[in-house]
Amino acid sequence: MTVQEGDAVTTQEVGSPRKRSEDARLITGRTRWTDNMTPAGTLHMAFVRSPHAHARITRVDTSQAKGRPGVVAVFSGADLAEEQGSLPCAWVVTEDMKHPEHPPMAVNEVRYVGEPVACVVARDKYAAVDALEEIDIDYEPLPAVVDMDAALADGADLVHEDLGTNKSYTWVFENGDLDAAMRDAPVVIEREYIQQRLIPTAMEPRSVLCVPEDEDYTLYSATQIPHILRLMLATVTGIPEHRLRVVAPDVGGGFGSKLQVYGEEVLALLIARRLGRPVKWTESRSEGNMTVHHGRDQIQRLTLAAERDGRIRGLKVNLLADMGAYLMLVTPGIPLLGAFMFNGIYKMDALSFTCTGVFTTKTPTDAYRGAGRPEATFAIERLMDELAAELGIDAIEVRRRNWIAHEEFPYETIAGLTYDTGNYEAATDKALELFEYDKLRAEQADRRERQDPVQLGIGVSTFTEMCGLAPSRVLGSLSYGAGGWEHASVRVLPSGKVEVVTGSSPHGQGHATAWAQIAADRLGVPWEDVKVLHGDTAISPKGMDTYGSRSLAVGGVALYSACEKVVDKARKVAAHLLEASEQDLDFSGGRFSVRGVQQEGKTIQEVALAAFAAHDLPEGIEPSLDSDATFDPENFSFPHGTHLCATEVDTETGMVKIRKYVAVDDVGTVVNPLIVEGQVHGGLAQGIAQALYEEAVYDTEGNLTTTTMADYLIPSAADLPAFTTDRTETPATSNPLGVKGVGEAGTIASTPAVVNAIVDALRPHGVNDVQMPCTPERVWRALRGEAKPRAAEPGAGGGLGSAGGDQ
Amino acid sequence: MIPATFDYTRPASVDDAVRALSDAGEDAKVLAGGQSLMPLLRMRLAYPDALIDVGRIGALREIRDEGDALVIGAMATHHEVIRDPLVREHLPLIARATETVADPAVRHRGTFGGSMAHADPAGDLPAVALALDAVFLVRSVRGEREIPAADFFVDWMTSAMEPDELLVGVRVPKLGSGWGVHYEKFHRTAQAWAIVGVACAVRRNGDGVEEARVALTNMGPAPVRASAVETAVSGRPASEDVFRTAAAQAAAGTEPPADLHGSSEYRAHLATVLTARALSAATGA
Repeated sequence: MTVQEGDAVTTQEVGSPRKRSEDARLITGRTRWTDNMTPAGTLHMAFVRSPHAHARITRVDTSQAKGRPGVVAVFSGADLAEEQGSLPCAWVVTEDMKHPEHPPMAVNEVRYVGEPVACVVARDKYAAVDALEEIDIDYEPLPAVVDMDAALADGADLVHEDLGTNKSYTWVFENGDLDAAMRDAPVVIEREYIQQRLIPTAMEPRSVLCVPEDEDYTLYSATQIPHILRLMLATVTGIPEHRLRVVAPDVGGGFGSKLQVYGEEVLALLIARRLGRPVKWTESRSEGNMTVHHGRDQIQRLTLAAERDGRIRGLKVNLLADMGAYLMLVTPGIPLLGAFMFNGIYKMDALSFTCTGVFTTKTPTDAYRGAGRPEATFAIERLMDELAAELGIDAIEVRRRNWIAHEEFPYETIAGLTYDTGNYEAATDKALELFEYDKLRAEQADRRERQDPVQLGIGVSTFTEMCGLAPSRVLGSLSYGAGGWEHASVRVLPSGKVEVVTGSSPHGQGHATAWAQIAADRLGVPWEDVKVLHGDTAISPKGMDTYGSRSLAVGGVALYSACEKVVDKARKVAAHLLEASEQDLDFSGGRFSVRGVQQEGKTIQEVALAAFAAHDLPEGIEPSLDSDATFDPENFSFPHGTHLCATEVDTETGMVKIRKYVAVDDVGTVVNPLIVEGQVHGGLAQGIAQALYEEAVYDTEGNLTTTTMADYLIPSAADLPAFTTDRTETPATSNPLGVKGVGEAGTIASTPAVVNAIVDALRPHGVNDVQMPCTPERVWRALRGEAKPRAAEPGAGGGLGSAGGDQ
Repeated sequence: MIPATFDYTRPASVDDAVRALSDAGEDAKVLAGGQSLMPLLRMRLAYPDALIDVGRIGALREIRDEGDALVIGAMATHHEVIRDPLVREHLPLIARATETVADPAVRHRGTFGGSMAHADPAGDLPAVALALDAVFLVRSVRGEREIPAADFFVDWMTSAMEPDELLVGVRVPKLGSGWGVHYEKFHRTAQAWAIVGVACAVRRNGDGVEEARVALTNMGPAPVRASAVETAVSGRPASEDVFRTAAAQAAAGTEPPADLHGSSEYRAHLATVLTARALSAATGA
């Protein structure tokens, strides 16, 4: 964007759709993925993993494996029991939360299929994998616990015998008088929705490399959280924090799955210490499907009370949340992040939220794109469509009657959050126009009239979410183990080039491009002159990393403040050099000039050189313009938007095809529209995938049956429609950039839009729900009025994915 | 995702290949495009002692016209088959079905013969071969033999070939004029295997059906002909009503598998719907 400003022409970077400077090397792979790095002498790890969902380990014999060619060492859990500690959970959500020990490598008992039991370290990865087959392990099988309701019943088999229960915690939030809201309510809608278990599928598998050097250790890991990981590794292993350096080199996606402290990371560190040599491990896709933490997996029991005119009285939410076998970094808190979002954009008199965390013999769950908010948004947006159907009014209209009007902001919601800004009317009007809503409704009516075997459905999702995790005081009030601030520093080099150091840790978001745009604008330097450094605790010593759509709304604002400090200091130096007072200096386009005397001036590069030489600095000013800043937000930010989805449902086969998808998002001020567009597209793909494709399926013995991409379906571009995206821009008032965050919006909004569209198509056939993922068979069975099976049935047909089935 | 160790040879001719196969014994596998075998090796679901890589035998890639039939070399890639003018002209059903196989990367490496020899009941091409009455040309040190498609696909991932035999090509009779064809594939994502597929060729005689051939993908341990449907439409008008009524018998005698993507009951239902659609598409009815 080019802006004419007096005589000077400056390019405004913020708002410009720059192509991402990092993409060429990321896409070609000519870069530093962790697995690309192999220092001389590196040893390779491979793991034997439990084939049982639940069993006692009675014997581990590693003697044969130790004799295999190329094998350097073999460890069982018992070999490391003294030093491996217990993997951390940083979110103790209630005082009486049950919190089991979680050894990085199982010692006495395994509690999910895929849990590491023994580890081979060898000179190359082929030797390591071959030797796995020589390790002899005896198990005494124990009962699998796979169903949450059954797990909570009296006399249930226990995941952790010593805890005496499968319940980890029950957490309650209540506001308003729910009893009054429910009493004599003219309309009451009760529903049970299943948020199926999902497997975050980052393009780059997990990978870790630990390089020891005397008493110091550098751990490279495909992680979202180098700073948190460093602190946690020190806590778990007792290795002093200042002896640890954690590097997140280029990281190929995370979606929450790399917001974790994994056993393999701890074990790489401990084994590198034992052997005094670099140690590396990279998972295979099927290994990852079993052992990367999973997402979602909730049973939602919901009661909505409303007036006959559609106005909501109150909402009762009763959740069962599957923790899996252990509590990992933020496992118990994930469903609670949704607690404050069940009311969505709507006004109501009462909200009651109860969540019970349940242990099962499955892979632990934790953050997955959206983390609690997609589940909550799904529930309320599905209920709004159900309410509209119950009352016989349009799905948009019932929302209009309940949402917060734009003139009502800031608005304190029933969940106790203060939404600073928003304009749901504007986003919805724009979406309706792009969608050609009335035309599609007419086509829908026509197809119903003709009893066309392909029916049309229209789904609505008017969502909001909370981003910018997080105000530290709020995290404190929720008993979270850390703060939510972010740090940035700006170094202006003697030549006038700029290094930006950020504490957030990109793994695909495009910080190298967007952060340079922010700094270029604030400092008035060319975008090409800014380099962004990140993801290394030695280079970027302070940070809280990247998750929860926080980078821009927290880290970007820290950068903005650091730039302001640079300019403030440069102004002092420039005033001194120009022999003018600071108040008389204008700063524009990277140049300080004396007001009224345009030709008298100094560029920021000239000032930087002077500050470096330090020959002639004002009294009390230290050399260099470098500055840093930490930003701790006062409030969350609240992106919102209106998504509309049209589906064609083949009533003969149950196949669902998305005909049209319109997403109008309001993510506040936009730094780079191209990156925002990319985030929305990717988010939509992931949200649609939950609606139509993805499900981690366990059989009754607790075996994960979706370990390959032939069984765990993720959509490709070929399976998705051309998205129509647009924006409204209502700047956030909680930060000086006006930004809100966009990393999760598409995922959060799209799932209910798609399912609403499917149900809308089938409603004349008496269907009011289809369980996710809405597979053709589930849709077909719903049309036949059959009760939905809770879980898909694993089995063995043709195709590679089922090749290991019971043939 | 690392295979167990195996011996590897890359013969330069068919003669060398069948000799290597004979010498290697029962636990040798032929490596063609590797799109099915390599994942099985990497997941350690298959442990062959030796791989005979036939990827450099140029003669196996040829597609030639033998008058009333085409012979498609076993090592012609899917991509080559789709683009081949002879295939497009004389056997469009093969081109259509091959276009639905997996994704472009797989179609550039995977081979026509490899997917036949793999005999995956979810593979698209075996049903097509069955519908077209293809003949499989097989070589070993013991000589050459021909196996009709009806005998070639024996069971789940099992063909009628002996361990020392190499598939060198497939002879497919040209359909000639008057035939309409269609492959109806039902799958959840573009890259996924067929939950059910229907390969169909119909010869019309005016408004009526003279002959129909219908073969089903993934409706049992091997591809099957829907003979009852074929009989029911022969001599009848080519109309949607006729096809729907006939297709109701599509699943008769099949043993459809059950897996994550569909139960047996659902597959049986799909077979009826998809068969009717395939017949309509093939005839333009």
